[in-house]
Amino acid sequence: MRDSSHSFAPVSEEKSPDTAGNDEAWNRPEFIGQLRRGDQGAYAELVTGLGPRMMVTACRLVSEEEARDVVQEAFIGVVKSIDRFEGRALLSTWIHRMVVNAALTVLRRRKRKPESSIDDLLPRFLEDGHRADPEGPWRSSEPDSYETVATRRLVRESIERLPASYREILILRDLEGIDTQETADLLGLSPANAKVRLHRARQALREALAPHMVEVAA
Amino acid sequence: MTCRELIDFLAAYLDGDLDEQRRSVFEHHLSICPSCVDYVKSYETTVALEQRLGTAAGDELPEELPEGLLDAVLAAVRSEKDR
Ligand SMILES: [Zn+2]
Repeated sequence: MRDSSHSFAPVSEEKSPDTAGNDEAWNRPEFIGQLRRGDQGAYAELVTGLGPRMMVTACRLVSEEEARDVVQEAFIGVVKSIDRFEGRALLSTWIHRMVVNAALTVLRRRKRKPESSIDDLLPRFLEDGHRADPEGPWRSSEPDSYETVATRRLVRESIERLPASYREILILRDLEGIDTQETADLLGLSPANAKVRLHRARQALREALAPHMVEVAA
Repeated sequence: MTCRELIDFLAAYLDGDLDEQRRSVFEHHLSICPSCVDYVKSYETTVALEQRLGTAAGDELPEELPEGLLDAVLAAVRSEKDR
């Protein structure tokens, strides 16, 4: 049933994925009750409202084709386990984590290519501990001043080129906004190891961005 | 503390995980090393740019739902009801 009279919450650009859309509406007890009763209109509203944002999350981790399956699997998981939803997290957060989990399962199933070492992507140092090739200050430390489509593409493509385990942790922690403990659980790491991996991944990304971020010589 | 060590400790510093003594050594190094100041700023900018990318998904949002998604979910709703 596609009921166009439903008012769908616009997906705000300002919100993180797991709080995308109209959480207040989706967390109303009446709405959760509708889902529990198998109300088709409520499900249509949920899928139409949250689906696109969940596709973005899934596409960050897996191919677009895989993302379709991942998102479908997650929403069907909602249908099957809504009775067990306890409301400790927001409904949208709960669904977001199902999407992330399903995407990570797809990644685990893939035959992993042996990962290239991240060492080559980290900053290099001289024997005395100084950086071997500091690029100098960036144009600005204010992220707003880089806020263009080209910069977003540069950041996205630079993340895509990182070894898989480093890409995953950047996406979970920095793009999807999942905290250290939950990220560690999702990836099967200790929180300490998750922190180390995240730091290395951010360093590698910083190195990749650096040549594009320094003041262009006049 | 060398620049290399400062960069090793940077994440812990930003997380507030360094003990008092390490933190003051860290901050002393920053006060005398412009290269590390550049590094710390650019590291924070890198993270901020990632976070912007995470929230500003506007140019990534698919125009429409994947074909068949809604139908598949509604079919699951019906079969769940019949159980
Ligand atoms: Zn230094």
